[in-house]
Amino acid sequence: MREVAVIGVGMSQWGELWRSSLRDLFVDAALAAVKDAGVDVKKIDSLVVGCMTSGLFTGQEHLGALMADYLGVKGIPATRVESACASGGVAFRTGFLEVASGMSDLVLVGGVEKMTDVSADQATRALSAASDFAYEAYNGITFPALYAMIARSHMERYGTTREQLALVAVKNHENALKNPKAQYHLKLSVEGVLKSVLVADPLRLMDCSPLTDGAAAAVLCPLEKAKKGAKRWVKVAGIGQATDTIALSSRPDPTWFEATSLAAQRAMRMAGVKPSGIDFAEVHDCFTIAEICAIEALGFCKPGEGGRFTEEGHTALGGSKPINTSGGLKAKGHPVGASGVAQIVELVEQLRGEAGDRKVKGARRGLAQNMGGTCGSAVVSILEKV
Amino acid sequence: MQPQEFWREIPQRYRLEASKCLKCGAVFFPPRRRCAACGHEKFALTRLPREGKVTTFSVIRQGGGDMIRISPYAVCLVELEGGVKIAAQLVDVEPEAIKTGMPVRLEFRKIRETGDAGVICYGYKAVPA
Amino acid sequence: MKNVKVGIVGYGSYIPRNRIKVEEIAKVWGADAPSYRRGLMLQEKSVPSWDQDTATMSVEAARRALQRCKVSPQDIGAVYVGSESHPYAVKPTGTIVAEAIGAVPHCHTADLEFACKAGSEGMFIASQQVRAGSFPYALAIGADTSQGAPGDALEYSAAAGAAAFILGRDQILAELLETHAYMTDTPDFWRREHMFYPKHGGRFTGEEAYFRHLLTCSREIMEKSGRKPKDFAYAVFHQPNGKFPYRAGEMLGFEKEQIDTGCLVPKLGNTYSGASPLGLSAVLDAAKPGDIILMVSYGSGAGSDGFIWKATSLLSKVQGLAPKTWDQINKDPRYLDYGSYAKHRGKIRMNEGD
Repeated sequence: MREVAVIGVGMSQWGELWRSSLRDLFVDAALAAVKDAGVDVKKIDSLVVGCMTSGLFTGQEHLGALMADYLGVKGIPATRVESACASGGVAFRTGFLEVASGMSDLVLVGGVEKMTDVSADQATRALSAASDFAYEAYNGITFPALYAMIARSHMERYGTTREQLALVAVKNHENALKNPKAQYHLKLSVEGVLKSVLVADPLRLMDCSPLTDGAAAAVLCPLEKAKKGAKRWVKVAGIGQATDTIALSSRPDPTWFEATSLAAQRAMRMAGVKPSGIDFAEVHDCFTIAEICAIEALGFCKPGEGGRFTEEGHTALGGSKPINTSGGLKAKGHPVGASGVAQIVELVEQLRGEAGDRKVKGARRGLAQNMGGTCGSAVVSILEKV
Repeated sequence: MQPQEFWREIPQRYRLEASKCLKCGAVFFPPRRRCAACGHEKFALTRLPREGKVTTFSVIRQGGGDMIRISPYAVCLVELEGGVKIAAQLVDVEPEAIKTGMPVRLEFRKIRETGDAGVICYGYKAVPA
Repeated sequence: MKNVKVGIVGYGSYIPRNRIKVEEIAKVWGADAPSYRRGLMLQEKSVPSWDQDTATMSVEAARRALQRCKVSPQDIGAVYVGSESHPYAVKPTGTIVAEAIGAVPHCHTADLEFACKAGSEGMFIASQQVRAGSFPYALAIGADTSQGAPGDALEYSAAAGAAAFILGRDQILAELLETHAYMTDTPDFWRREHMFYPKHGGRFTGEEAYFRHLLTCSREIMEKSGRKPKDFAYAVFHQPNGKFPYRAGEMLGFEKEQIDTGCLVPKLGNTYSGASPLGLSAVLDAAKPGDIILMVSYGSGAGSDGFIWKATSLLSKVQGLAPKTWDQINKDPRYLDYGSYAKHRGKIRMNEGD
């Protein structure tokens, strides 16, 4: 297997983008990444598109061919991959495999979601396709409610407090203030989170990531070729993917993200690092509780201690383990199929020292954790400055 | 919802039919074709008990679609007697009175309608025991 | 055939937890609540939630009936559901019930409708089927989630509930001693196809409708069986309000005490097809071995079914095996305001879904 490098990243604008279509968003991000890599778009060997459910959100499927065409490179192989909200992360791993295997030398990986062409009800329904539809969504159990049940279990079992959950949102919004690409530039207080409208108790509106239109992309090539020809590169040191039951009720412990833990072990084994060797991470904070469970499953703190770890400031910018320096899904936005690729964008910018005010000092190794549903699937990628 | 999509699951939704592995005894709801515990592929049909206790819950403040008619509504995970866990709505109880560990029973209720003219979908909901 | 013993071998009832008081309804329409309380002896009524209908209540009542006997659902050869509020205009309720209790597929099913008499009709048919030997057991259910038009007198009484009876020939809890039917074509109450609320003939629904049919049926069945009012421990009459069954009892020569146990309407409201069956379930909860019970239903349109039952020694062994009817009425009611009631009953016009 060849070693793989990321040689360019890019994002479209993120937000409620009434004037942008699914294909506009994708092409914007793809061209930005190609430009960042300094390569000719015509040299791309293969395209991987991560998207959760463009069919339910826009009516459009068949994204591989569509995006290859609109990128002006029709003829190349193009594959759309789906793993709910982990679609972007899985797309990144798929692109990695193409390069590592020797099948392709220059792969463009993009993630995209256009979420605002439907009503709020329809969006909720589309997202619930990531749950066990016949046994969770059928019974009226929404995603906020699933995570709310995880949160309640965590609070009752470990004494995690409502304030600790709120602190995740406050921190991520604080980070987003320093990220020009974030959807929200909005300073939050714990009090503001706790006063926001109840969605599914104990979770409130400010515990939830938003609906976002957006895309992100990365260009991958063999590390050896990057060293010879690319302007700059970041090495993909480890990558792991795993699955769990998608029905929350089938798990022995709803607060434990087994798929994240397995994916992390695989990625860390491949990279030859331990949790302590990770300088910073982007994790899948679709809800505040998700970040707490994710950092536990990644081994950054012990099970049950995620709330306290957050409260003690370890996960803040400048803390021992900065988490979601980009603002995370919570504040940067969460176009579901794009989020996993956007995490890679943040890792690359940090490792190249281009993260501006949100720069993690001395960062050499970053981790991205992306998951689908209530962590029925997860991808963990570790990137290194070499 | 199209009738066939609902109808296919009637044994589970009306009668809590589950599959019990003939080799290791693991019980699966909904039924499976391959045992997740031991890999065996032969099962006996079994019916889950209707009694259990709430292991976690949430109250959805404003549901979408036809759920607005029943909002706010509670949902929960229930550990049934025997250990199988399922997700269900929790009704006939004030949100403030819901507690983790409370005993519940699964009752037959209407789950959703497909507009005024579509098929009526039934199933189980938890009620205080 | 008549010498074959048949009777109730299992029974169960189901009443929704939600209630509304007559004062809460009267307040909205500027009506005189005391007149409903005193004149019609109505205090409050049960209200089904959005997720409770004739099918769901029937299933729960049937499951409770099964709890009170050792009958295997697979031995139930017939399921009859009587209601004037079947969830579908076209598509049976009985199949839902039979499927939910596990009586499918070798099961005869019919949905019945005869205003408030549909429940007793099912019991009538089921008992004859069992007597004839068609099936070892037959299940008959009376259930309704009836609606009165907002502001109409019926809105104060139209309630929800279900009672289920398994009829059989062995392990009998209450033996069926006599049946009788009396009916004429009398349009005192009706609901046309596609109409949401029923219409009624006002005071015409009294003497020529309810009283004529119910009293005649009662007198004839007592005469047929050679019994007098004093021979009965209990009498259960159809109960559209609190006044009518007591008045009918008085006219027939029954004492108030014989009627009290089976007269649920002041606290429950009129459960239509469920009314006299639920009354009977409450009596069975209390009856002692040897007690003779008169039950006479009434359905607008119009007719009455009469039954005479005799409690057996087995009854006292099963009374506690499922929730009792009066306990359900009295235990932990949840009182709704008119707004919540209107929401649960689908009386509020909602936006179209997208």
